[in-house]
Amino acid sequence: MTLPDRRRKRAWRRGLVLLPIVAAGLAPAAAGAQEAPPANHWSFSGPLGRFDRPSLQRGYAVYAHVCSACHSMRALRYGDLRGLGLTEEQVRLLAEGKPDAPLPAPFPDADAARAANNGALPPDLSRIAATLPGGADAIVAILTGYRSSRPVAPGQYDNPFVPGGRIAMPPPLHAGQVSFTDGTKADPDRMARDVASFLAWSASPHLEQRHRLGVRVLFYGIVLLVLTFMLKRKVWRDVR
Amino acid sequence: MAGPRHDDVSGSDRPPPPGANEQSAAEAPVGPLSYGRFGGPPTSDLPPGAPPLAHWIDARLPVLSYLRREYVEYPTPRNLNHLWNFGAFITVTLVLMILTGLFLALNYEPSVAGAFASVEAIDRQLPSGWLLRSIHMAGATLFFAALYVHIFRSLYYGSYKRPRELLWLTGMLLMFMVMATAFFGYVLPWGQMSFWGASVIVSAVSAVPLLGHALAALLQGGAILGDVAIHRFFVLHFLLGFAIAGVVGLHVLALHVTGSNNPAGIEARGPGDTLPFHPYYTSKDGLGLVVFLLIYAALVFFAPGWLTEADNYLPADPAVTPAEIRPEWYFSPFFAILRAVPSRSGGVLLAGLSVLLLCLMPWLDRSPVRSARYRPVYRPMVIVLAMAFLTLLAAGLHPPNGIWLLLSRIAAGCWFGFFVLLPFVHRIETPRTLPGQLAVADPA
Repeated sequence: MTLPDRRRKRAWRRGLVLLPIVAAGLAPAAAGAQEAPPANHWSFSGPLGRFDRPSLQRGYAVYAHVCSACHSMRALRYGDLRGLGLTEEQVRLLAEGKPDAPLPAPFPDADAARAANNGALPPDLSRIAATLPGGADAIVAILTGYRSSRPVAPGQYDNPFVPGGRIAMPPPLHAGQVSFTDGTKADPDRMARDVASFLAWSASPHLEQRHRLGVRVLFYGIVLLVLTFMLKRKVWRDVR
Repeated sequence: MAGPRHDDVSGSDRPPPPGANEQSAAEAPVGPLSYGRFGGPPTSDLPPGAPPLAHWIDARLPVLSYLRREYVEYPTPRNLNHLWNFGAFITVTLVLMILTGLFLALNYEPSVAGAFASVEAIDRQLPSGWLLRSIHMAGATLFFAALYVHIFRSLYYGSYKRPRELLWLTGMLLMFMVMATAFFGYVLPWGQMSFWGASVIVSAVSAVPLLGHALAALLQGGAILGDVAIHRFFVLHFLLGFAIAGVVGLHVLALHVTGSNNPAGIEARGPGDTLPFHPYYTSKDGLGLVVFLLIYAALVFFAPGWLTEADNYLPADPAVTPAEIRPEWYFSPFFAILRAVPSRSGGVLLAGLSVLLLCLMPWLDRSPVRSARYRPVYRPMVIVLAMAFLTLLAAGLHPPNGIWLLLSRIAAGCWFGFFVLLPFVHRIETPRTLPGQLAVADPA
């Protein structure tokens, strides 16, 4: 049996046995020790949700100063940051004149990333709020849920919000790590919330346009519905 | 003006159209030259009141009179209910899929290295790309939803029966083509579900007796699903979209030969039983379409992630098998049948057979009565068939153990039982009295 055959057969069997999704990069281990993340209130949840721009911008600052040391966001280009409410001038400064350039990745490829991180692969964060079960709530819970800042095993930290309760990422957020230009105090809870907002934006960057356009389209459609209903009634009135 | 062509439509006593003097009766050829072929004067089938330019065009290329005959005058049974709107829904969705698909294809890169990133770029950087892609993705769901309702409407009202067998078979062909297109399309973003879903399907294809391995090798085009497969899937997806449009043309052509079936299942007997397509059914289809498009818009703008697997936003990784490989909901009923069978090739065989049996409906059902309304035995059977389909759909989305495995086996049993019993139903069934005309069957 060739390798692809075996893989396919394995995929087949796994397709038959449904298990909770194990997010890439989190320590894969038997499920059971995982706690559900506490629910937060998010301005972007619900069918008419919008993003909190200052929070998005602070979240980007947290990503740029802390997360981006290990995590890439390969799908994003500097120009996309206009969606955070940044001005052209701010985008140009960040991008050093190249708004079409992708955000820089910390490692050239997965092998290099693993080599620098005790064999663990820090996942790309472009869509993490969509692919991580629990979304933004889970991001906040993981970032602030460490039971201890010391490893319980080499390269393993105790965190009840990941499958198996062990994560390879050391506690990333510390008070005063980032200085926010809007004067907000950079405590870990604030930073976790802001970066989770930013990652939620990155996972659905067009949420606001989508909602705005959607309301207009539905309004137009309902007016059209009333008109077509009246037209149909009028046309069919003489059918006996 | 006289000629066998329009005699059957409008009679030969119309005055010649203004500005079309050369078409006077005296000069009109008879017999084989009446189409204006080989020197005969051009004739138009439009009514005399039409503008001269329309006559000029129609005499040379009779599309206007064709449209008029088939979409304006087309006599349509007067009692069609809103289930007859779904063909129009499918047609409109197909047009939307082809249009959005064209723009997506212009920005898509069919390669292992570029596919995922190009879809991300469409979603993030291409102006309105997110909207095009969202319309295209929600379109797949609505296409299948409308298709399944359309098929069950045909089953319930016996629209597959003589003389509509080829209408039914072109419809079945369309269903297979749509399924193939949806599968190829789902692979293109090259996310984890794309890759592993394709792996499961290629594996299932290879389990087909005799041809399986050759077919799987043809699809995969190499030792592993990679650049060759993506390229093939992209070309096939693109090609099939237009091929479907072509077969829809045949389907509609076949429909317009026999005319539409109707809820009573008896043929329209005269002008009292029919209404011209326009304005009666253009307005009724129009109303249905607005409701359909409202649901479509609600999905696109307020629930785009509702019917897609979030895992497909992870790039394909042949080294990491996802814990859960689940098909899109529209393949779920067949996936459930496949898993309900303990043997792998048996499962593939039965899943395939479950759809192929549908093609035999015109010959398995021996009753002369069409509509389930007048068939006391067939009616509960076809309702059970629909329930079995929905149960299989739900079972395919759940883990195949415990109650869901049991339910999927019972539902699969009902599905196949339907086709086994069908040829004998007419022997035990006493149909209710059929109405003489449609106005009596469904008074307005």
